[in-house]
Amino acid sequence: MRKTLFTATAVATTLLAAPLASAASLTLYSGRGESMVEPIVKQFEKDTGISVQVRYGDTAQLAVLLQEEGDRSPADLYWGQDAGAMGAISQAGLLAELPADIYEGLPTIYTSETGSWVAASGRARVVAYSPERVDEGELPESVFDLTDERYEGRVGWAPTNGSFQSFITAMRLEHGEERTREWLEGMRDNDAVTFRNNSTQVQGIADGEIDFGLVNNYYLPRFQASDEEFPVEQAFFAEGDIGNLVNVAGIAVVASSDNQEEAVEFIRYLLSPAAQQYFTTNVYEYPVTRGVIQNPLLEDSDRLLEVAPEIDLDDLEDLEGTLNLLRDVGLL
Amino acid sequence: MTRTNSTSIHSQPASRLQRLLPRHVPLHILLPSLVVAAAMLVPLVYLGLRAFEADSATLVDLVFRPRNLQLLINTLALAAGVVVLTTVMAFPLAWLVTRTDIRFKRALTIMGVIPLAVPGYVMAYALIGLGGNYGVLAQLTGIQLPRIQGYVGATLALSLYTFPYLFLNLRTALSGLDGNLEESARSLGYSQGEILRKVTLPHLMPSLMAGWLVITLYVLGDFGAVALMRYEAFSYAIYTQYSGAFDRIYAAWLAIMLLVVAASFVMLDSLVLRRKLARVGTGVARPLRPTPLGRARWLAWPYLIVLFGVSIGLPVMILGYWLLLAPPDMSFFARVPGTFLRSAGAALPAALLAAAFALPLAFLTVRYRSPFSTLIERSAYIGYALPPLALGLAMVFFSLRTAPFLYQTLALLIITWAMASLALALGPIRNSLLQTRPSMEQAAHSLGHGPVSTFIHVIFPRLRRGILAGVVLVFVLCMKELPITFLLAPTGYTTLAVTVFTRTSEGMLAEAAPFAAAIVVFSSLSVGLLLTKEGK
Repeated sequence: MRKTLFTATAVATTLLAAPLASAASLTLYSGRGESMVEPIVKQFEKDTGISVQVRYGDTAQLAVLLQEEGDRSPADLYWGQDAGAMGAISQAGLLAELPADIYEGLPTIYTSETGSWVAASGRARVVAYSPERVDEGELPESVFDLTDERYEGRVGWAPTNGSFQSFITAMRLEHGEERTREWLEGMRDNDAVTFRNNSTQVQGIADGEIDFGLVNNYYLPRFQASDEEFPVEQAFFAEGDIGNLVNVAGIAVVASSDNQEEAVEFIRYLLSPAAQQYFTTNVYEYPVTRGVIQNPLLEDSDRLLEVAPEIDLDDLEDLEGTLNLLRDVGLL
Repeated sequence: MTRTNSTSIHSQPASRLQRLLPRHVPLHILLPSLVVAAAMLVPLVYLGLRAFEADSATLVDLVFRPRNLQLLINTLALAAGVVVLTTVMAFPLAWLVTRTDIRFKRALTIMGVIPLAVPGYVMAYALIGLGGNYGVLAQLTGIQLPRIQGYVGATLALSLYTFPYLFLNLRTALSGLDGNLEESARSLGYSQGEILRKVTLPHLMPSLMAGWLVITLYVLGDFGAVALMRYEAFSYAIYTQYSGAFDRIYAAWLAIMLLVVAASFVMLDSLVLRRKLARVGTGVARPLRPTPLGRARWLAWPYLIVLFGVSIGLPVMILGYWLLLAPPDMSFFARVPGTFLRSAGAALPAALLAAAFALPLAFLTVRYRSPFSTLIERSAYIGYALPPLALGLAMVFFSLRTAPFLYQTLALLIITWAMASLALALGPIRNSLLQTRPSMEQAAHSLGHGPVSTFIHVIFPRLRRGILAGVVLVFVLCMKELPITFLLAPTGYTTLAVTVFTRTSEGMLAEAAPFAAAIVVFSSLSVGLLLTKEGK
């Protein structure tokens, strides 16, 4: 029973010691990793005097948490890894509208029609491949080519991954339900190898398990940064191909926040040249604003805008439809 | 254990209800037990509420689709494989360190618990990274293994870090076994094999069952390793529902289905477990003299080397490899101690809390047996069997509506962790209690000791091993726990596990390595510290 007493005291002490929130303090729910978020947050705190508390977690789990909290949420800001999650909470009515001038000068692919969130950085879908086992001529022009016989058993994908699902949603918008279903079934019957996420695919190419992988652009540069001879390369499909979908990490103000003004200030800060430069130099993502020095490990930003298919990211909200399709085809 | 009989004899004229209720349960045992049962109702109520929001068409599509049956079969196959493999790993080890004259027993015991500290994703990465032609093995030695994945990969990974559950349970049971029993059997002319089958094994059954149950329930709810190995189990469907569809309603249905499966295992366990265990005579239990290993040690040591080489060596190697591949900034190492303190600062209170509630629960079920007490004790498994994400969301829902001041405080995290792991502490404590006779307590009472004094002087010394084992199990689990931490930790309270996750999820394996290593090292040190404190 001594133990019970001890624990009771411990619990009581921690309760009392719970941090008290001060006025100029923001709470950020971040689906993005600490190592990339923290330097920016530190700089923001230094420059503005507004303190930011960050809750790190999985993008989707934090989106579910925001729904569960509803208007009782302690969060002021939500920073999610993909447009799908942003769309889902925006549709649930959990986000505040942003001032219109935030979108000024941004390419349309980085803005939201609902006006409730904005891209902080962009990444492209690419095809990663093994230069050892793939000839130049074998590189596919379109993602639709991958159902061809010669790619049988050689391509990796990650049907449960958020970025992949956003890509399928885009394909449904662009090419219709039927064509997408055909492609999924074609890939499945062509023995596409299922992976959990992007980085395991890149590793799988290096390991020789697959020759191609449908991934986001920024994983390979990270492997290359630590291993110059890492045996994987990546490329875009032909211009405008849906396989080059540009997805974003989005940032939004939570509707129930009492610190709307400071939260918007944080968003403006993420769109400032300094923050944008940091995203591309250190995180290998694409800046959403102009006037940022190009990262040599990435394709040119203007080239990205050229090859990117024209898709309104707000339309990527219909994740449910994509999930139903994936389930139907037996991939989930 | 004869109490059930006497109860039924005395209660013949009593009403049905009275027969269900245990007789003369002291308040200090009944009250905490009821608190546990009430707490476990929270996630059930939450899931029920969410489930009712479903619309019937989608429900039929999603919950009653044939694919779920396949997922269920996959899950059961996985659980069966893991149970067999963990038994092969844990039983000889427990036997060696308790019943033979093998050397370095303390070190072997500690090493038998360390794999528990390895986070599932690290173990999975270690196994995956081993094979393939750009895998660690191929790069270091040129030997190419096929990639370890799917059913084999998931079974291996899960077994490698869950076998200590069984080992600790068995070790507690084996070392608490009354040596007189086996010696009487021997004097009656039983052979060594017969003694094992007729005397030792039946007395080990409760521990085996407790270990198997804990492992099976763990396998049912595990997502990390299963997903990395790309094995499609039932938990995978639940996770996809939350994470892919941002949905809480159908996920609740799937979680309820999983709970039903878990409940059938829990019930199965209580059916098999009800057997009379005893000691001989009235004297003090006497530990057995260790069996000399003799030539068998040429078998024992290779076995131990393989077991620990894979379960400890492999993850340590992969962490070292990540570190060497891209040595992270020194500043990462500097942050490890603070992050560790945050992890341990929540995990230790959670472990003590879980043990504190497991004790009265164990007493209720062992000393005051009745259908009612069994039901209450079994409810403790709800928190453990639920997918942690569902439990976490239930607590979000509950605290925001009833006690918003508790929301995202350390206290709530600790309480939820304790709920999630109470079942882990219960096993070893219940089993060590099964091996002590109530007459000791009765004697203490008759000598004028109150409940507190009896507990300190009579019960605690006898249950020390069980309690310590329970505390260690909970502590180590909480050190690597993720989903509940994401939802309920105070904002900014970044634990070791969260730090590892946020780095591996962005592909920064090298940066994650020092923190993952810290989980393994510090958890192992704590395990060592606790085990040395348990005395002889």
